This record gives sequence, structure tokens and C-alpha cells, in this order.
Amino acid sequence: MNMTRSQIAKRQRFQDALFQYSTQFFAGLVLLALLGIIISLFKDAWPALSQFGFGFFTSTEWDIVGGEFGGFVPIYGTIVTSFIALLIAVPLSFGIAVFLTEICPTSLRRPFGTAVELLAAVPSIIYGMFGLFFFVPPFAEYVEPALAATLGQIPVIGILFSGAFNGIGILCASLILAMMILPFITSIMRDVFEIVPPILKESAYGIGCTTWEVICRIVLPYTSTGVIGGIMLGLGRALGETMAVTFVIGNAHKISPSLFAAGSSIASTLANEFGEAEAGAHLSSLFALGLALFLITLVILSLAKFMLIRMEKAKGVKT
Amino acid sequence: MSKPKFSNHNPDLFRRRKLANMIGLSLSISAMAVGMLILIWILAVLFYKGFSEIDLEIFTMNAPAPGSEGGGLLNAIVGSLLLVGSCTLISTPIGVMAGIYLTEYGDRSRVAGITRFITDIMLSAPSIVIGLFVYAIFVAQIKHFSGWAGTVALALIAVPVIVRTTENMLRLVPSTLREAAYALGAPKWKVSFNIILRAAQSGVMTGILLAIARVSGETAPLLFTALNNQFFSINMNAPMANLPVTIFQFAMSPYENWNGLAWGGALLITMAVLTLNILARVVFREKVQG
Amino acid sequence: MKSMFDLNKIDAQGGGVENTNKQAHQETVNVLEVRNLNFYYGKFQGLKDINLNIEQGKVTAFIGPSGCGKSTLLRTLNRMYDLYPGQRAEGEINFFGENILAPGQDLNLLRSRIGMVFQKPTPFPMSIYENIAFGVRLYENLSRSEMDERVEWALKKAALWNEAKDKLNQSGLSLSGGQQQRLCIARGVAVKPSVILLDEPTSALDPISTGKVEELVHELKHEYTIAIVTHNMQQAARVSDYTAYMYLGNLVEFGKTDELFIKPKRKETEDYITGRFG
Repeated sequence: MNMTRSQIAKRQRFQDALFQYSTQFFAGLVLLALLGIIISLFKDAWPALSQFGFGFFTSTEWDIVGGEFGGFVPIYGTIVTSFIALLIAVPLSFGIAVFLTEICPTSLRRPFGTAVELLAAVPSIIYGMFGLFFFVPPFAEYVEPALAATLGQIPVIGILFSGAFNGIGILCASLILAMMILPFITSIMRDVFEIVPPILKESAYGIGCTTWEVICRIVLPYTSTGVIGGIMLGLGRALGETMAVTFVIGNAHKISPSLFAAGSSIASTLANEFGEAEAGAHLSSLFALGLALFLITLVILSLAKFMLIRMEKAKGVKT
Repeated sequence: MSKPKFSNHNPDLFRRRKLANMIGLSLSISAMAVGMLILIWILAVLFYKGFSEIDLEIFTMNAPAPGSEGGGLLNAIVGSLLLVGSCTLISTPIGVMAGIYLTEYGDRSRVAGITRFITDIMLSAPSIVIGLFVYAIFVAQIKHFSGWAGTVALALIAVPVIVRTTENMLRLVPSTLREAAYALGAPKWKVSFNIILRAAQSGVMTGILLAIARVSGETAPLLFTALNNQFFSINMNAPMANLPVTIFQFAMSPYENWNGLAWGGALLITMAVLTLNILARVVFREKVQG
Repeated sequence: MKSMFDLNKIDAQGGGVENTNKQAHQETVNVLEVRNLNFYYGKFQGLKDINLNIEQGKVTAFIGPSGCGKSTLLRTLNRMYDLYPGQRAEGEINFFGENILAPGQDLNLLRSRIGMVFQKPTPFPMSIYENIAFGVRLYENLSRSEMDERVEWALKKAALWNEAKDKLNQSGLSLSGGQQQRLCIARGVAVKPSVILLDEPTSALDPISTGKVEELVHELKHEYTIAIVTHNMQQAARVSDYTAYMYLGNLVEFGKTDELFIKPKRKETEDYITGRFG
């Protein structure tokens, strides 16, 4: 049964239409998932939100028995740990990215690069266990006293380093978090640094710039939008990180001025309490926390993506 | 002949610049050293605590009851394999098809642009919230925890990874290859599957392997979906044992054998994830060069 | 003047273009007639009011400096530009009387009749045999033995059979650059199109392979109509019957190759040919 060419062509057009619709359907599923998450979380968070109102986000109450809930403590913990983690991770990431792109001899670039990516692959629960059993003891015994003895003596900021040396707490969680997001920010920075046209760097070297100057005056300004995008992506990751933080943050529902004190983050609260929460105000409050976390992360990741897209458009390359 | 003197050069300025350069570069090298230190420290810790736990028992015996001696991780390993396996089966076709859509129709459609944007955001979305979502739509509806719920949660994490890598790999295929196929009068779907996807297949495989590696280590999304199971079971319609949540429970417990098993499990997961990562990279590199 | 759908009948009789050649020995048949063609890359106009005919059974060459629009023109002939939003053509291109620029034109069908070989060799990621069979299978239902014959025929036409016959199952990528390009030509020939478009087919090849491909063009022109873009004037002079000289999107001069190269009608043509610029 031999069809004429035009018959075959007609059949192909039908096949192509089918192809377009089915691939479009699968792509649409992703969009659907996002919308579904927001709607579903909102639905389950509504009882708490309607009961406590906007004050939910500013109240520090967390009375499971009495049924009074406020999200400020976990939100505070999430934001503080993430920011400190960024403070530590960003300069380190920058240094590593510089090393990988400028200093490292070419033959060693791949193994070192792979090593950094392996660091990113280690599951977060491993970081948590490592943190609790191997990082916390020396941290409590050596680092916290040292910090208290030095920075803790300075007026005003000294209060950040006061209190008992328990090891676990906000600062420890921040450090473990920093370790987790370090490889992630590094690889984005490295990708972004590699986009700089070699001829731009060569022109700078050609007039006698040192390597460091080329990095600071040429590479960094050229990639600034991408670097900021990468940092914000790291922040987005840090905000949502659960297991690494849950092990070492201490899970205490209070805010204390000292970084040595225990606290909690949204993710750690969810991990610890969701399993046994009773339906009602408690469960709904947890959903409200989850919704808050999701929306904050959404905003930050969107901003990050915008920055990266803007850099792509300006430099004409895809990251 | 004496060295030429550059009379307009300021020696102090030069010295300061050189010093700044040296400081900057040394700091950079130390940053790298810190990074490597962390990696080595973690791996060393894992081997130190976990290696002694790896014996035949860990693979053949189920999780021990609280307080009892010995035991292994068989049910958790099998459960994880089931969860990750079923997740891969669902997310691969979804991810690859969506990736094809973004590549083939992505330049003309606003919807495609939005989808790409959202996919990238979902890549870094907090996995615990995803667990919460699946709990709300699945577990709460059927009123019990379920391995299938865990699969769905993992798939929500894996699909964006696969979509992203598939699209990136498909776009790397040179446009001349695409044009050559169209020039023969091939319909779009044949060009996509038989030519472009085939040309990019090792890259797409890499993406799938990386997605598998990523979900193998995820704990948070399983906490409220598949939960965990103390006993051996292959019933996906009930709580399903898995390594990450088992490790979580065992590590925080007071029982010594549980703690030991937690480290053994941690080593197993880490080795699996790192092997998958290295495998993915090696496979991709070989295909690209060969 | 034949329409595209009549070509199906020609196919059924077998032999494609050869039969019509024998019939139309006296009258010149124009396979492609370009009328008032304008082409735009977004706002930039790449082709300005092009008018020319491509004669059946002849080789027509397009020459000119980089950016003159010769590749652009070639790519309008099989509507390859359609793959890229933002590129559009206005005017008429009549393929055996039917305007291929008209909306509603089936592009896949068109491209199965007008084949193209590109500058860079583009073997598909499959075996040599499959490379050729892929195109044939799109529109023809051949048995295994018929397909074997067609593959052999196409490889022989591309002067690749002797080198490839023992490794038909090996990947197309295992061939050398020149062999890959000949594979692409075999692929294009295997589907028996009416026209073959060659877009700088030898610019990525070494001199020996280039020579082989040029020989191929000489042989193929007896059965196919060929349009070739080349930045190598001597190549145009060697292989073509008609030459079109283009500059900055305009068709400056078009005529028999011998006449154009020996006694060009326009000064611009003469300047280009004698190497005064470009």
C-alpha cells in the first residue's frame, strides 16, 4: 500500500500536531505543579492565618497546648542563619572560583572542579550528621570560647557571642549551611567567570595589570549581574535547607540576642513537629510557615533568575 | 647595556600592587584549601564511622527494633531503590518531553518562556515544602502514608532537573544537523526524536543520572509522604522504608547499634550519590570525545 | 508547466526527472522561477528584488563576496529560513509553476523535492546505512532488499561506495571530513529530489575531497538540477552552466558562465572577477 507523497505529508502534519500538544502537556505539568503548591498550601494555612491574622508573622508565641502560634521565631532563625551563611560562603566561593579560573594550572582544573561539584552532591543529611557529631564538639570546645574571648569583648557586637558554649545553635547552623551552599555558589560564579571573553582579560594583562587586578577590575564588573544572581540563588537554597540545619540548630522556640543560643528555622520546625502535629491550629500554623517559606524563596529565586537572564541578554551568552 | 629606566614608573605604587596581588591570590588559594578540607573531612568522617558498619549483615537484615541488637538496613535499601526507581520511571518521560517542548517550540511561545523560568525556580525550591504539598493532596486524602506519595514528591524534585539538562543538551546540538534533517523533508517529531535526541542522548542520560543522584539523598520530601517503615515491605501503597529517613531516625536515637547503622547508611548513600555523579560525568565526556 | 502534485504521477512512472528531460529537449524548462524576491532578517533587508530562473538539468552557481546574500537566496528555495522566527520572504518563487512562498504550502513535502547539502558535513548520529535510509523511509515504503539497492545506488552516485561498502553499519561520524560530505550528498541524492541545493559544499574540505565533490557535481547534473553557492570563483567557473553574481543583496548579473567570466556585462561583475575587491 503505497501512499502518494502528499498523503504521507498530510499524515506527518497530523503527527506533528500531536507531537506539539503532547510535549506541551508535559511542560504544562510543571506550571501546574507550582500553582498547585501555592494554592494547596494556602488552603491549609488559611485557618491559622484567619485566626491569627497578619500578627502571625510577628508573634513569638508557640504554645502547642494552648493553641497560640506565631511564626516569628522560625522566620527569624531562617533569615539569620541564611544571611550569616551567605556572609561566610560568598567570599570563600569567590576565592575558589578565582582559583579555578585563574590560578589553577589547566591540567588540574578538571579534578579540582569535579571535587567542588562532589561537595555539592553530598546529601544534606550527611552534612547534618557530620555537623552534629564531628563539627559541634570542636566548635563548642575551641571556637566558641575563642570567639567569646575576642569578638565577645567588643561592646555592642559582643552580645552576639555571649552565653553558654553548647556548640549547637544559630551560629553553628549557619556554618554548616555555609558549607552546604558553598559549592553551589562556587559553580555559578565559575560558570559566570568563564564567560568573560579572553581577549578582554588579555587586553588588561597587556597593559601590565596583575592577576588580582584583572579579576577585580575586569572580570567582576563584567559578570557582576551574574554573580549577584548566583548569590541570590545560594540564598534561596539556604532558606529552604532542612536536614543540615535541623541537626544542629537546637530547636528552641525562642529568640536570643546571642548567636550561640539555640533557635529554630522554618524548615527545622516543620521537620520536627509536622509528623505529630494535631489537626487544627497547630497543623495549620505549620502550613502557614511552609507557605511563608515557599513564597519568600519564590521571590528571591525569581529575582536571582531575572538577574541571570539580564546578564545573558547583555552579554549574549546562556548560563 | 644597562636596564632601561622607566622614569615615569612609581616603584612604591608597583610594590603595593604586587603585594595586593599576592595577598589576593593567596587568599584565593586558601579558600580552595578550605573547600578541599571540608570535602576531605566529611569523607574521612564517613569512612571512619561508617566503614566498619559495612558488612554482609547490613545488606541482609532488616532494621532492628528499638533496643534490640544487631540488624541491618535491608528494608531501607530496598525501599529506597523502589522509591528512586519509580520516581525515575515517572520523571524521565515527563522531563524529557518537557525539555523537548522547550527546545523545539520555546523560541516562539510565551508559555514556554514562563515554563522555563518556573522550572529553574523549582530546581531550588525547598524540598520540605514539596513534601508538605504532596502530604496535603495525597496523604491527607487517602488518610495514610504511602510509598507512591513519596514517589510523587521525589518526582517533583527530579523533573525540573531533567527538564533543564535535557533542554541544555538538546540546544547544544548544532543547528546544521537540525537543518539537514528538515532539508530531507522530515516532520518535526522525527527530527526531534530520531536526530536531535539521538545526537544528545549521552548528555540527556547524564541529566537523568544527576537527577537520580539528587533524589537519592533527599530526606525532607519523604518525611511526610512515604514516612518510614520498620519492616520489610514492597507495598508501595503503605509507608515505605527508605535510607534517608531511617538514617535520620537512627542518628538521633540513643541506641548504639542504631547510631552505627545510621553511619553505615550514610556512607552507603554518599557512595551511591558520588558514584552516580562521577559516572554521569565520565559517560558524558567519553561520548563527547568519542 | 507542471505542478508539484503532478510530480507524484511522474514518480509513479519511475525515473523522476530523467523522463521529462528527454521530452523537453527542445524547450528549456525552468524548475525554479524567482520573481521579485525580497528577504528580511527582522528589519534588515538581505535580498532586494531578485529575479532569475533556474533551468532544469543545469548547474547554476551563485558567487559574490561575504554577506552578499547568496546563501540567503539558496535557503529561500527550500524555505529553510522558515525554521527561524523573524526571518521572512516576500515575492514569488515558482517551483514547476507553483508558488512555494504561498501560505499553506507543505514544507516537508517541498523539502523532499528540493534537497540541500550544507557547508559543514552533517552526518546523522547513526550508521552510514541508516543515514541514507532515514531520508528514503520518510516517503517511500521499501523492502529490505530494495533499500539495500537504494543505499548502494546513492553511495555509488556519491563516489563513496567503494570506501563505505564494508562499513555500512559503522557510525557516519567515523568517516573523514571529505567522506562525510559525500555521505551527505549521497543522502540528498537517495531521496531522488528534483533539485539539489549545495551551500558552499567544499569550503570545509581539503583540496582532494573538493576535487572529488566537483566531479560529483559534473556527473549529477545529468539527472538533477543543481544550484550551488560558492565563494570560490574558479569553482563556479569549473562546474556551472549559469552563474549569478550578487552583491549586497542585489542580483548584479546573471548569465551563462562562459559569457559572464569572459565578458561580464556589468563593471561590478568585472571588478569582482578580476579580484579588484572581495
